[in-house]
Amino acid sequence: MGWNMPRGVLFTCIVVLVALALIPMADSRYLIDISTEIMVYALFALSLNVIIGYSGNVSFGHAAYFAIGGYTNAILLTTYELPLIVAFPAAVLASGLAAAFVAYFCTRLTDIYFAMLTLAFAMLVWAIAFKWRSVTGGDDGFVGVTVPEFIDGRVPFFYFTLITVTLSTAVLWMICHSAFGQTLVAVRENITRAGFIGVNTRLMRGAAFAVAGAFAGIAGAIFAMYNRGVYTESAFWPESAQVLIMTLLGGMYSFFGPAIGAAALYLLERFANEYTEYWPTVLGVILLVIVLVLPEGLVGLFKRVKARMVGGR
Amino acid sequence: MDMLLSSPTFAFIQVLNSISLGMNLFIIAAGLSLIFGVLRVINFAHGVFYMFGAYIMYTVAQDLELGFVTGVIAAAAGLAVIAIVVERGLFQWLYDKEHLMQLLLTFAIVLIMGDLAKIIWGTDQLSVSYPDGLSGAVDLGVTFYPAYRMMLAVIGPVIFIGLFLLIERTRWGRLTRAATQDMEMLAALGVNVPVIYVTIFLIGSALAGVGGALAAPINSPTPGMDATIIVECFVIVIIGGLGSLWGTFVGALIYGFVFNFGSVIVPNWQDVFAFLLLMVVLLIRPWGLFGKPEREGH
Repeated sequence: MGWNMPRGVLFTCIVVLVALALIPMADSRYLIDISTEIMVYALFALSLNVIIGYSGNVSFGHAAYFAIGGYTNAILLTTYELPLIVAFPAAVLASGLAAAFVAYFCTRLTDIYFAMLTLAFAMLVWAIAFKWRSVTGGDDGFVGVTVPEFIDGRVPFFYFTLITVTLSTAVLWMICHSAFGQTLVAVRENITRAGFIGVNTRLMRGAAFAVAGAFAGIAGAIFAMYNRGVYTESAFWPESAQVLIMTLLGGMYSFFGPAIGAAALYLLERFANEYTEYWPTVLGVILLVIVLVLPEGLVGLFKRVKARMVGGR
Repeated sequence: MDMLLSSPTFAFIQVLNSISLGMNLFIIAAGLSLIFGVLRVINFAHGVFYMFGAYIMYTVAQDLELGFVTGVIAAAAGLAVIAIVVERGLFQWLYDKEHLMQLLLTFAIVLIMGDLAKIIWGTDQLSVSYPDGLSGAVDLGVTFYPAYRMMLAVIGPVIFIGLFLLIERTRWGRLTRAATQDMEMLAALGVNVPVIYVTIFLIGSALAGVGGALAAPINSPTPGMDATIIVECFVIVIIGGLGSLWGTFVGALIYGFVFNFGSVIVPNWQDVFAFLLLMVVLLIRPWGLFGKPEREGH
């Protein structure tokens, strides 16, 4: 398997991209906001899938890296008045390094222990963001983020997000379909065998974690500017759970599944919130459905339906 | 900091506070650890069980004025019922599935029960008064200390010893430990393993309920209290070693001390200390102080 996308996937991607690029034409604030947020969450979920779908570990603290990217970008832009070209890469680097640091500890463990430890570290990040008031604004959040002039505005920001998310996704695709990505899959499928053929499984799992952290940082950095603020909730564990649910709802064994899951869950939440204040219950029921009926997510369902239709013909 | 060094009494009170906090957390974390030890499921819903325990305490002791002890018993009984429903209704289908799916299932329970609590008890902070006779302070010679916290510090070890005897000294406990080792073999020998599972889940959940009920006078029941406690429990059981009763007991004590003394020495940063401690422990012993390395097949 190389970097080339299957033709059907490539075609779908181009159609989606063109459709997204045309959205501002509709001149609807609502539509632009929704699509910007969906793109951010899609990238967030795609990044998590490097850990789950490719290296086969479960991170229950992925929100931490989203938050680190957001806080770093916001603080560098606003407090230190640095230009975006410095602040943004620095934010991504900070998330990636933080993830690498955490991975050093977490990869000592596997499976459920790994997941719990990622959660504990995420809570550490949350606790720091919460208590380090002078830098992060504490529980009031970091408000009033300076947004660079050239993307200050709904439409320019939309295009900035579209371009950044598209490029990031392309790079993620290349990473996941490189020799590295394939090695990760080998580790996921059988860690013992992968070790026997000379793969440094711990390093590979750690690298996957760091890559995922860096890309979550990109999503977080964009989101901080979009919201003009970063809040401690973004590092709290329910946020980590949400992105995990997005990933699984879409389907973790497919590259684009998590993005589909992000869009589906986001739209569902918007929709549900208009009718009920009990979104958590709705989410809980969705989770039950995933766990009991759809363990391979929407993409898995789609494949099953397709297989049945083809088979029935 | 200065207070700690200059006033032995102050330091002594902090020690008692640490033990009392640690023991309250032990009761809850022991349930989580017990369930993991046998069922191999990390129950995210343990925090929400704790919250239900606190709310049930409010309803029984405060609202209906049936008394404190009745409140504790009702919390334990209420959670036992919930546990049976959850284990038989949902969990039993997932023991052979991936851990991730089990984790998510428990998270679904968190979400649904969290909303349920909002529907039943609203979103206000509720207050539960101290039981009669424990609202004052006891004279310890050198200082006075709140009687209620003193009671918590005593109840924890009592529950610890009870659990220890149950698991290490009874026939039922031996079967439970056997189920941890090899549940298929045990089933082949004619032991009803599902009954063991549901009982363990019931006891573990009831402990969360009791812990919540006992914490209610100190931490007023409020939505969101489940999110904090579950993370505290995770830290404790990881430090102590998942599935180890001794580990949970020691982990809870350590946590109590780090949290309390942390808040005295560098106020507001106590949470951070707890996590730093966790890191140090994991560097030295990845499976926790009393944990055993993972075995193949788990």
